[in-house]
Order: sequence, then C-alpha cells, then structure tokens
Amino acid sequence: MAEENRESTPKGRVVTGVIGADVHVVGNRLLAMALERAGFKVVNLGVLVSQEEFINAAVESNADALFISSLYGHAELDCQGLREKCIEAGLDDILIYVGGNVALGKQDWAEVEKRFLAMGIDRVFPPRTPPKVGIELLEKDLAARKRSKA
Amino acid sequence: MLAVLADIGSTFTKMTVVDLEREEVAATAQAPTTIADINLGLQEATSRIEEHIPLPADRIAYRMACSSAAGGLRMVTVGLIPDLTGEAAKRAALGAGAKVVGVFAHHLTRKDMAAIAALKPDILLLTGGTDGGNERAILHNAAAIAQSGVRVPVVVAGNRAVADQVGDILHSAGLEVWVTENVMPEVGELNVGPAQAAIREVFLKRIIVAKGLDKAQETFGVVMPTPSAVLRAAELLSVGVAGEPGLGDLVVVDVGGATTDVHSIGDGRPTKPGVVWKGLPEPFAKRTVEGDLGIRYNAPTILEVAGRERLCRALGYDEPDWDAVVHKLCAQVDYIPEDERAAQRDVALARTAVEIAVDRHVGTLTGVYTPFGEMLIQRGKDLTGARCLVGTGGIFAHSGGARKVLEGALFDPQHPASLRPMNPEMRVDRKYIMAAVGLLGEKEPAIALRVLKKELPPL
Ligand code: B12
Repeated sequence: MAEENRESTPKGRVVTGVIGADVHVVGNRLLAMALERAGFKVVNLGVLVSQEEFINAAVESNADALFISSLYGHAELDCQGLREKCIEAGLDDILIYVGGNVALGKQDWAEVEKRFLAMGIDRVFPPRTPPKVGIELLEKDLAARKRSKA
Repeated sequence: MLAVLADIGSTFTKMTVVDLEREEVAATAQAPTTIADINLGLQEATSRIEEHIPLPADRIAYRMACSSAAGGLRMVTVGLIPDLTGEAAKRAALGAGAKVVGVFAHHLTRKDMAAIAALKPDILLLTGGTDGGNERAILHNAAAIAQSGVRVPVVVAGNRAVADQVGDILHSAGLEVWVTENVMPEVGELNVGPAQAAIREVFLKRIIVAKGLDKAQETFGVVMPTPSAVLRAAELLSVGVAGEPGLGDLVVVDVGGATTDVHSIGDGRPTKPGVVWKGLPEPFAKRTVEGDLGIRYNAPTILEVAGRERLCRALGYDEPDWDAVVHKLCAQVDYIPEDERAAQRDVALARTAVEIAVDRHVGTLTGVYTPFGEMLIQRGKDLTGARCLVGTGGIFAHSGGARKVLEGALFDPQHPASLRPMNPEMRVDRKYIMAAVGLLGEKEPAIALRVLKKELPPL
C-alpha cells in the first residue's frame, strides 16, 4: 500500500501525560517532543490525566509504553494500582516509566525507586532526568522484547 | 418561484412552501403520514396547501423531503473504548441524524450480536482503534458480525491499517460494506465527517428503498433524515453564508413526543481563564438525543426522572395526579390539550424535559483540589456565551408557554457547574418550519438563512 509507506513506521507508540491533579505542563511538552523527534508515535494527554485515561488511550492506540510525568510530589499515590488495571484492560506487557519529581521533599533515591518497582512500574527516574535517558532505555527495552518474542 | 418542502414524520407529514422571491413561508399544512404508501400523505398535505395557495408546476423550483417515518434512521454503533472510539462513533451517528438504538464497545459477544439482531438497526457503524493502533478488536468484531447472520449495511470507520481487511471479512459474509476514514484517527482527535457522509449515502441508496420512502421519490426526493435537516438549519442560522452573517453560537431545543433533541453550534471552548479542558474534542455542530424525555410517549419517564415535586414546581401549583396525566399522554400520543390546565401541564413537562436535556448536553465544570488550591476541569462544551436559543417542536408551535419552556435551558446560578447559555436571545419556531428550511439550505443557503431569520422571530 503506497499510502501506508509514506508514513515511516514509528519505532513504537508511547502515551505521555502528567498524572493526577498535577498541572506542571512544561516538562510534559518537552518530553513528548523529544519522543517524537526520536521517531516514536506519541499520544500526549497533557495534564490532569487519570489512570483510566492513560489506559484507554493505550488500548485504543495499541501503545508500547506509558511515559508518565509527575512533578508535584504525589506520584506514588497516583500510580497505585495502575499496573493491575493495565493487566485487566489487556495491556499485558505495556512498559510503564515514571519521571519528573516523583517523591515529596528529599528522600533516599534507592528507597523511592524500590517502592515504584514494587508497584509494577518498569522504570522510575530521579528529578531532572533528561528525556534522552528515558528514550534510550525504552529503545533498549523494546529491542530486548522483540528478541525474546522472536 | 416556490420550494415545496416536506417533513415526513412518524405521525404527520408536514409541508412547508417557501416563496423564494419574497424569502418567506407562503403556506404550511399537515396530513397524517401514510406508511403503506407515503405518497397518499404527501398528496393530502399538498391539497391542504392548495386550499391556501395554488401550486402550478411551472412555479415550483424544488421539491424535497426529509423523513423520520418508519422508525427514523436506526443505528447501532460499535467502538473499542466507550469513552474514545465508542463515543466518537455515537457522536458521528447522532450528527448524521440517526436514532442510536444501541451502543456497543470492546469485543462483541454472541449475546451482543443477538441483542443487535433484536434491535433491527438500519445501519451498523463499526469503529475501533486509532490509525495504526489497536487492530484486534475491530477484526474480532467484524468476524463476530460476519458470523452472526445479521443482515445490515455496515459503515466501517476504524483503524485504517486494517480497514480493508475488515471490509473483506464483512463482504465475504455477503454484507454490504462502506469503508471510510477513521472516526478517531488519533486519541483525542475526532473525524466524524467522512463517516457521516457514508451514512448519508447508505441512507439515500438503501434505507429509503427499504422503508418504502422511495415511492415518494418521483414527486419528492427524500434527501436526509429529519434531525439532519434541523441540524443543517441550526448551523446555517449560526454560521451564516458569505455576505450574510449568522447569529453566532446557538442552541436549539427540539421537544418531541418521544425524545428531546438538543443541538449546539459553536466550539464550546472554556470562557473562563485557567480552566483545563478535558475529554474528547467536541463537534462544532453537536446533537444529543434524550430517548427518555418526550412529552407524549415518554411523558412517564419524564415523571420518573424528574419526580412529582419538580413537575409541580415547573407547573407553579400542585397537581395531585401526575401519574394519571402522564399515562394518558403516553396512551394518546396525538392528544391536544383541551383546556388551560392541560396546556399548562404540557408546558411543565416540556420545560422539565428541556432542563434535563440541556443539562445532559452542555459541559460541566468540576473542581479538583490540589495542594495548590482548586483547579477547574471542563468536560464538554461551555455554552454560557451562546448568543441565541431556539425552540422547535409542537409545544412551541401551539402553546403560549414558549418562553417558560425555553427558560428551562438557561444558566442556573444555583448550579453554576452546568455550562448553559446565560443570556441568549430567545427565538421560537412558531410555524414548525426548521427542518423544511434546513432542506432548502441544501439548494439555496442564502435564502434559507434569511427565511430562518424572518420566520424564527425573537420572543
Ligand atoms: C513552574 C512551576 C510551577 C507552575 C507550573 C506551571 C505549569 N502549568 O507548568 C505552578 C506555579 C502552577 C506550580 C504549582 C505548584 N507547584 Co510547582 N514548580 C514549578 C517549577 C518552578 C518548574 C517546573 C518546570 O516547569 N520545570 C521545567 C521542566 C522542563 O522540567 P521537568 O518538569 O522536571 O521535566 C523534565 C524532566 O523532569 C523530565 N521528565 C519529566 N517527566 C518525565 C517522565 C519520564 C518517564 C522521563 C524519563 C523524564 C521525565 O523531562 C522533562 C523535560 O526535560 C518547579 C521547580 C523546578 N525547578 O523544577 C516547581 C515544583 C515542581 N512545584 C512544586 C510544588 C510543591 C507545587 C505546588 C504543589 C504548590 C507550590 N507550593 O507551588 C503547585 C502544584 C500545582 C498542581 N496541582 O500541579 C514542587 C514539587 C515538590 C516535590 N515534588 O517534592 C517543585 C519541585 C518546587 C519545589 N522545589 O518545591 N509550579
């Protein structure tokens, strides 16, 4: 199909957004732009995004990953139960990355990371992590998955 | 020259003659709709018109009709996620003037297919997946439809990557298929135009014949379902044409015996600063239909939804026996109020139906509490700034309570979260001509616009 070929196939599909009652929009826009520039198809849901909205968008667009931002310090609460809901919705192996300012105040990063991983989040990033870091890891994770499927 | 315009309804065939030079309605008349042979009703309505004005063939420039007879255009929609493609599909169908009799999402089961068969839709709209997105659901659903034995024309408007495959599955099962663009090419992007064009094509090519409306074709071309004609009129009146401005954002309430329709024209963006707009983008011309609110067939459900007290408040005095009232109206759908009190009850029912229907149509503001204070989220259209509010339907044509009914659509300071029109100019379709003039808009938009302005006078 000639028309199909005109759009180069994306490297993958990513849903982005700022979870919960959080309105810090600047990082979200930069992150979405960086993903697009890296060759991903992005569905950017903007700010004030609920878990359900992330899941709905991921199902409809057949996404490979969720890139969730949280700046206002309540990421842990906002992400609770997300993995379980993804499984319920048939998103069995979707990758979930969380970044921004995910914890309140100054906390030991190793501890914070442990708690997020225990919730079924695949990767969590400390404050001011540049998008590039997350994108490279996503490429790696997607490549590894392709290999294991083949 | 004259345009003879017919609105073939389930009970009455209403005819409107527009004088194209004077740009006004020259005559209106109605006759009972005759389902067995639609022409009989049309002929009867024509002779009643001729009691007022002659209709010599050489003066007639156009003859057109719209129809909601034989059940209207019954549609079932299928999407993947109820809030996304499910909602997009429903909006596409409503905007095409359909009566949406069933809304399905996710993977269709055998039970779903049995339910769809029982609903006897005229058209099924199959969607699911954004372009390049989910493929599994729409492929599964195409197979489920193909295997079910349901015979229905299908409009396919889902994930483009598998559109042809979906078309083939349905086609090989012997179904008629129209494949068109996705109603939601991207999450949060609405594209209902192509699906609506396909629905209209199916309506013209198949449904009119299936319902015997093609018999009217030799005299009157049935060109669209009635609700589409009303929506066209609303859009014309709002937007205007080149050289002739419209009235700006507007809301139309159409109170019928079985349903109450609300149409809004306008983008509905937030009017307050700092509000975050969430949810699917809103269609510029939006139609919602409340199947439980109508002042005859569905008078009992108005009572059920609103309660006695609210109806008494709308009436302004106590009515001890609403139950008996609504059951009588339901049993006798062509009932015309015989006295002042009965007319007041009609007005109270219509007002309450309008209140509830507009409430469901307009957007809402909800506060979210954050450590930073309260944030406002808007879902749906902000219609507080609508410039004009139009009432159409028998209640506006026949009763003196037009203002009272229309006021049911207005912003209520007690419920500021419901984004209803605050200070619109109110207009009334006294002659019940909106659908007819919407039809004329197909051929003569500028004349139709001026006729609407003249014949829907401000209250
Ligand atoms: C601007 C700002 C605001 C503005 C936001 C305007 C807007 N609409 O965007 C306003 C004034 C509204 C605001 C409000 C609040 N803010 Co504020 N705000 C900031 C500030 C100064 C800058 C944020 C910003 O835009 N950064 C620039 C962008 C580019 O960086 P970024 O968001 O971090 O994103 C980058 C990376 O983190 C990364 N990234 C982001 N997400 C992800 C996800 C993944 C998967 C990956 C890989 C990478 C990644 O990529 C992005 C691009 O480079 C920060 C302090 C700071 N310097 O960060 C505080 C800050 C975020 N706010 C804070 C707080 C507490 C609040 C409030 C609760 C109240 C308050 N006291 O001000 C409210 C909350 C409102 C709400 N409901 O959300 C705290 C959060 C504390 C915490 N987490 O422990 C901060 C850190 C300030 C502080 N030091 O106290 N804020």
